[in-house]
Amino acid sequence: MVKAAFIVGAMLSAVSALATAQATVRVEPAHLNGSRELAPQTAQAAIRDYLDAWRSMRAAFAQNRPDLLTADFIGTARDKLTDAIHEQAAAGVHTAYRDRAHDLQIVFYSPEGLSIELTDSVDYDVQVFDRDTLVSTQPVHARYIVVLTPAEVRWQVRVMQSQ
Amino acid sequence: MIGRVAILTGVLLLGGIPVAQAQSGSFTVPSSVAAGSAFSIATNGSGKGTLYIVGLEQVIKREVQLGGSAYFNAGSLHNAGHYMAILTGNGPVETRPLEVTPAAEPASLSFLARPSRLPVGLRDGITGAVYVFDSYRNLIAAPMPVDFELSSPSDAVQTRTVITRDGAAWTEMDSTAHQGNDKFMARIGNVTSTRIVGQVPGDPCGLQLTASPAGRDVKLDTAPVRDCSGNAVPDGTIVTFTEAYGSSQSTVDVPIKRGIAEVEMPAHPGAIISVASGVVMGNQIRWERQ
Repeated sequence: MVKAAFIVGAMLSAVSALATAQATVRVEPAHLNGSRELAPQTAQAAIRDYLDAWRSMRAAFAQNRPDLLTADFIGTARDKLTDAIHEQAAAGVHTAYRDRAHDLQIVFYSPEGLSIELTDSVDYDVQVFDRDTLVSTQPVHARYIVVLTPAEVRWQVRVMQSQ
Repeated sequence: MIGRVAILTGVLLLGGIPVAQAQSGSFTVPSSVAAGSAFSIATNGSGKGTLYIVGLEQVIKREVQLGGSAYFNAGSLHNAGHYMAILTGNGPVETRPLEVTPAAEPASLSFLARPSRLPVGLRDGITGAVYVFDSYRNLIAAPMPVDFELSSPSDAVQTRTVITRDGAAWTEMDSTAHQGNDKFMARIGNVTSTRIVGQVPGDPCGLQLTASPAGRDVKLDTAPVRDCSGNAVPDGTIVTFTEAYGSSQSTVDVPIKRGIAEVEMPAHPGAIISVASGVVMGNQIRWERQ
């Protein structure tokens, strides 16, 4: 199991420092809490889908459109993000998130294969607009715990919570 | 002075509510609050201002009287996460970080147990994984002990205690020796979640064949078909009888009925007759009679 985790980690390290349009992505070797082997393809798919989720989340918060979350979020995460977007829309606020760097590590693959948990030490900038007036721009560093569950064709974010 | 009085008044009114930490600038914010707990943010200055609490998890906007405190009732900021508190007013915009932590008490478990049905006697055949949440559906990341328990009416209870890591814990249990429905429970504090795991007989074990003459045929019967733990293999399970003679071979698949499988096949002197179920072989006999 440890060997498998090492192999996955080594493969993921090979694709570390991936760069999306906005963010640098570093993937740490998996440090798995669980008995199930994590195939490299599974790990890569989960990380790809998580980063896609950030893209849709950025758009949803910038445009106050919770419908943009549907493909990438489910359950508690979708409910909370949707509520937050409704709150900021009701307040006449919108927010622009720009993730600059992700440092990811998969920490748990549940034995039945129905969830993957990862941590993300993420650096991002937040701009807060009231109506169309920029109120504040802040750099943020936070550690997120993320739980993904499989849907038909992709992993969806079910829990996303910063610490 | 007015601001100081306002802060003191707020402290007296709110009693045990977390009080803002002293910080330089025009307002003070608690460095962290527990999800759903009441708190206050004290401001300095005069005139009107706007206070924003902004995070991915929640967004709150309040008009405030500078020099007073903004009170947030219990439950108003309930999603754990990293927030920014932003105050605008007459002076420059100021921003403070605000961490909302999950409530300490777990309120629910997300319990994944697999499989829902499996053969008896499988080592580590049952797995369970839990995620621990507070009453606001925040994942509690602080380590906590989770008790797993697998109980059946006829076997000893299996228990494991696992400490959560990043809000998750998992375990493996052996399926028990006897068929039936077992209760698989995860518990943390007073919070429990239970799943039913059906245990069915395993593969046949010690499959035993007997043969007797039946006119021009040979009648083949199995002994009552049981698994290695003594559980009766369910009716309908297929048993395969094979008769090989010379260069020919005949095979008949028969479902178990009332615990046994039986069939009549043509009697060929010198035939080798064997029995199997799935990948499990039974005995074989040589039929010598005419």
